[in-house]
Formats: sequence, C-alpha cells, structure tokens
Amino acid sequence: MANTYTKIASVSVGSGGAATIDFSSIPTTYTDLLIKVSSRTSATGVAENLLVKFNNSSATFSNKTLRGSGSAAVSYSFTTNGFGGFLNAATSTSSTFGNTEIYIPNYAGSTNKSFSSDSVTENNATEAYALLAAGLWSTTTAINQITLYSDSSGTIQQYSTATLYGISNT
Amino acid sequence: MASTYTPIATTTLGSAAASYTFSSIPATYTDLVLIASTGSSFSSSADAYQLTFNGATTSFSVTRLYGNGSSANSDRYTTPYAGWISTALGADTIHIMNYANTTVYKTAITRSSSEGTYSIAGATAVLWQSTTAINSVKISGTSGNLLSGSTFTLYGIKAA
Repeated sequence: MANTYTKIASVSVGSGGAATIDFSSIPTTYTDLLIKVSSRTSATGVAENLLVKFNNSSATFSNKTLRGSGSAAVSYSFTTNGFGGFLNAATSTSSTFGNTEIYIPNYAGSTNKSFSSDSVTENNATEAYALLAAGLWSTTTAINQITLYSDSSGTIQQYSTATLYGISNT
Repeated sequence: MASTYTPIATTTLGSAAASYTFSSIPATYTDLVLIASTGSSFSSSADAYQLTFNGATTSFSVTRLYGNGSSANSDRYTTPYAGWISTALGADTIHIMNYANTTVYKTAITRSSSEGTYSIAGATAVLWQSTTAINSVKISGTSGNLLSGSTFTLYGIKAA
C-alpha cells in the first residue's frame, strides 16, 4: 500500500524562542513537499509575515497574496522575500498561534519552483487574518533546505511547531 | 498506519496540450485530490483553467475569490472556471468531495497559485449539479494550451 505522506522532520521551538526554523538535507526522493506550521513571533502587532528561504536564498522570489481581515479583502504583491504566510504576533491574544500550510510541487525538479500558502492568524479581537498566497522562486535548483523566519526581526516563540512532509505520487 | 492518500495516476506533459484527462477513476475512494503544477501559453492576461466532469461542461455553479496583487475580487459563473494559470508553472490543489456518491450533487474546492506574467492567488467553490458518480476529470485552459512540463497527480482519499 502506498505511503503517500511521509514525515521528513518536525521542529518544536524551545524556551527562549528561535530566530529561524530550518529544514536541511531534504532528500530528493519525493514528488512534492508540504509544511504545516503553528507559529507566533515576538514582533509587534497582531500578525507578522512568515518568510521563507529556499537553499538559504531570499532572492528571486515573487508572490501575490489575497488577504481577508474580517472587514475587507485586499491583494498585494510581495517581491523582497519569499512569503510563506502569517505568524500571530506579540499583541494578539496570548497563547495563540497562527496556522500555515505551504505546498511546494516538484521541489526537486529542474523548473522554477512554485508554491502556495494558506494561512490564518487567530485573535480574540476584531483584527485577524485569513490569507491565500501564490509564490514563485525563479530558480531551477532542487530545493534541499527550507528556512522559516519572522519579518521585522521577530523571534519565533516557544511552542511554535513546524513539520515537513514529503509527498510521493507513486 | 492507514494509508488514506493513494496515488491513482500521474502524468507530466511532454508537450503543450489543450487539456489532460484522468479517466476510468475507480469509485472506491471517498474524495479526490488533484495536484496540478501547470501554466498556460496565453500571455495577454491570466488564463482560467476549466474542469470537466464525465465530459460535462454544463450544470456548474462556480464562485471565485481571488487577488492579482493589486485588488481582491469575487465573481460567479456557470462555466466551470475552477482556477487560474499563468505563464509559469503554478501550484494548484483541487479537492473533490464525495465524487462517487450517487445521491448528492458534487462539490469541489480549489486553491490556485499561479505566478508568471499575470499572477493570481485565489480559491474557488465549484458545484456540479449532477448525482452521477464522477469517473473522469478533465483540466483545460480557456485561452491557451497547458504548458509542456505540467504535472498532474490524482489522489484518492479514504475516510476510513
């Protein structure tokens, strides 16, 4: 029987937080990658950007986002980094974490790498976000390392978790 | 451990094509998930990809929510525009619920991530008003061909 979803690695942030969550030495034996993230940052505000690097690169990314706040929907472009979604930030409801799913098809192929993100922040207040994002990393190199980090130099808080799955189509 | 995701079929387009069809889909799963990384030869604007179930393009109701980087929009069609494709290979997920159930209409949720000359992030709710079990799924561009190198994988999901 096929075992389509395989956990490659999981990270749970410990006391003191972490600047980044890293998955390295990702094997090329799968078809797609899926990352599930539950995260919170020390950055100010109710939400902050969850950024991604592939192979330690933050260059040649382009992203489009669609974001609903509970009162309006907006769309914007994001080209300065890889955009993975949102983290809950320091002034959101305490002990509350944002949820993000990043899907990367054909991560080991020789074409540019596209990815999609679904993300929500949760907050017992009027400002919270639901987001869809389209991303493209215009590099044909196979992805062997993924780094997650908070925008605005935030520290990823204790109890944040991220799990990387490999998905096989055979 | 139960294997709830089972690959049914996969393909990579060796050349540009108007469409790709998964046929003879077994009725033994609960839901279907189609993972597509595809793009369009149409470069004047973002292209919409369409879904065809069992060869039918009628009895559809589609509600779309999308952003192009400058504005957020929502619209509704009876043409099965199920998502967006652009000039670069994107990342699209199509989840078709209860596809083999012969007493309910068929619903699908799609998520599109098309990047390229005209990029879109969006989601679509699809209703096919038919109680027929789905045994084929076709994906096609509206204004252009699907790009060479496009990949399509169909998974069957079992609830138990």
